Amino acid sequence: MPDTALTNEPNSIVCDGNEAAAWAVSLAKPDMVAVYPITPQSSLVEYVSQFIADGKIDADLMDVEGEHSVMSVLHGACLAGARTYTATCGPGLYYMFEPYVRTPGMRLPIVMSVVTRDGLTPQSVWGGQQDAMMLRETGWIQIYCESVQEVLDSLIMAFRIAEHRDVMLPVNICHDGNYLSYGVTKVILPEQEMVDDFLGEKDTNWHVALDPDRPMSVDPLTGGEGPGGPSTFVRYRKSHCAGMQNALRVITETHDEWERMFGRSYAPLVEEYRLDDADYAIITIGSMSGAGKDAVDVAREQGEKVGLIRIKTFRPFPMAALTSALAKVKAIGVVDRSVSFAWNCGPVYQEIQAVLYQLEERLPAISFIGGLAGADITGEHFARVIESTGKQLAGEMTEGPVWLNENE
Amino acid sequence: MNKIAADAYANNQATPPGDFEIKDYLRLDLMPHFMCPGCGHGIALRALIWAIHELGIDKDNLAIVSGIGCSGRVGAYIDANTFHFTHGRPLAMATGLKLARPELEVIVISGDGDCLAIGGNHLIHACRRNLDITCLMLNNEVYGMTGGQVSPTTSETMLTTTTTTGNMEPAFDACKLAEAAGAGLVGREVTLQVPTLKNLIKEGIAHDGFSFLEIISDCTEVYGRKNDLGESAEMILKQKSDLRPETFYDTVDQPFRPNKLETGVLVCNDRPEYGAAYRTHTRKGNAQGGEK
Ligand SMILES: Cc1ncc(C[n+]2csc(CCOP(=O)(O)OP(=O)(O)O)c2C)c(N)n1
Ligand code: SF4
Ligand SMILES: [Mg+2]
Repeated sequence: MPDTALTNEPNSIVCDGNEAAAWAVSLAKPDMVAVYPITPQSSLVEYVSQFIADGKIDADLMDVEGEHSVMSVLHGACLAGARTYTATCGPGLYYMFEPYVRTPGMRLPIVMSVVTRDGLTPQSVWGGQQDAMMLRETGWIQIYCESVQEVLDSLIMAFRIAEHRDVMLPVNICHDGNYLSYGVTKVILPEQEMVDDFLGEKDTNWHVALDPDRPMSVDPLTGGEGPGGPSTFVRYRKSHCAGMQNALRVITETHDEWERMFGRSYAPLVEEYRLDDADYAIITIGSMSGAGKDAVDVAREQGEKVGLIRIKTFRPFPMAALTSALAKVKAIGVVDRSVSFAWNCGPVYQEIQAVLYQLEERLPAISFIGGLAGADITGEHFARVIESTGKQLAGEMTEGPVWLNENE
Repeated sequence: MNKIAADAYANNQATPPGDFEIKDYLRLDLMPHFMCPGCGHGIALRALIWAIHELGIDKDNLAIVSGIGCSGRVGAYIDANTFHFTHGRPLAMATGLKLARPELEVIVISGDGDCLAIGGNHLIHACRRNLDITCLMLNNEVYGMTGGQVSPTTSETMLTTTTTTGNMEPAFDACKLAEAAGAGLVGREVTLQVPTLKNLIKEGIAHDGFSFLEIISDCTEVYGRKNDLGESAEMILKQKSDLRPETFYDTVDQPFRPNKLETGVLVCNDRPEYGAAYRTHTRKGNAQGGEK
């Protein structure tokens, strides 16, 4: 049992999201962790370092000279058969980009936390999801958490999803900087033996390896004319897309298995909250969802038939789950914690447009942008979101994007 | 400050000339500053400003480019043209700036992490080219800003938040690195001796070529406390053991830095300055109608 366990509940500790992530890493037993500190991720790598020093995690830790080296070190380790983990965000992530984008193409099941931080410039060290949203077309699996417990549980699940033979892709578990990284709650720790059973034998390099017994040329040049020509390249891309589609199934199965073994259930792809009899809904992602649900409860008490749709898995895009959720309502409002500069709206809103196209009826929708650079999205903000979203039913339209913290 | 430390400090303190008023060079609207009590970076800032004053550099002609870190944030307090750039890249940014505006006095303020870890590549190339920039690397042996993680200059066996059983990696000797990579002037000084430090910075700025100055600067808060190095005054006395008063020997722990840090100007050569050489080269190329 951890030294910090509650006396009346030996399986529980009180901790923040960064420490919960470190506990998940400890339970998942990686062989290699490489790190470079950055706010608000730093305490996460400090916890991991401490756990390794205490012998709680039997892994090699490399304090390397920057994030570019972090991901490169993990490539080497993963190709040699190691289970690997790291965490970063914001500028660290941007600097990591070159090896980061190669990871899924090589089908390396690396697991990485993104402790979301708003983008540059202007400079800010505060939370926001601009960094994670930049990753949308990199081919990594991307899962967003709402609570500290979900950070811990999802991170363990991430290793099983990544290493599943039908997937073999890297996974980002995104937990919001400040709100989840430093937010403290009670957390239940799963038993080590059960996690061992749940994850099974590690299996990271059966398909591609740096292994003298199985000599191969890893990631040679392709494309253009010649033997390694267009067809090879297309084969990589097609199978990568297929792996992403398989992931929708594997993520769902993994969450089912998690519930069966550990008794905690989460909607694997898209969560529907008070949606079945709702006339309209707000759509959220990440830690803001808690405040969103509270605001929905308050509005319900006032007779508003509103529900909430939380996107948990954003990559692969859960088209079917979102289509069936949106088919239940007549108007929506989407709250983003980042900006799509190209489309003058939030990125989640922009992608929801594709879901709307699947529906028989065109739904009115508003893009709300809030919570940038650490700003709070409060119950009051959500009350405004709910009000404007509902008014669309009566034909009163709002032109987005609505900047929630604009006048604060 | 205890008496011994106070004496040592007084011995090294030359009174600046009456016309030097540090406030003339600071952005007072940014006060109070963010630095922890006793942080060496503030001392380095004072020495730098004093050097700028004595050299008579016009503030409008001064460009300070800093990286990310507690060291990097120091630059923003100077009332000149300042740019707080990305982590590790101030030398690259300063290279572009100096080539585009050779008449500017370009000074880079960087940290040990900024300059040797994430930005190490830029340092060796800046030394190799020998463009007329002065780089102050404030070496506190740690990533101060992010809370005290191990850096490439952390001494062996020292504790940081990512080396909780003691650091086992060897530390860089940044001055040797800069010398080997070709820097025009290489120097090291401690924050214990402000006037000497000021003089070294003056030499660095005056040198026509790339000047690399390593400034030994203590992080009292997340490094000193973690390693029980005592108050800032005690830490500062450990910077150079041969300067420590005899009576102090039995009260301080083993110094954590090499006993005899070589200080002062360690290298000064007359390699051609890159900017001038580059302009001559391209003019020649143009005159010959060569490809550009
Ligand atoms: C690409 C990137 N990675 C990580 C960080 C986080 N970060 C900010 S300052 C810093 C270390 C600073 O250490 P140093 O250069 O020694 O400066 P000090 O604070 O000690 O003066 C780090 C890792 C960042 N800003 N950008
Ligand atoms: S953390 Fe360390 S380096 Fe940063 S201001 Fe405080 S004492 Fe100085
Ligand atoms: Mg430092």
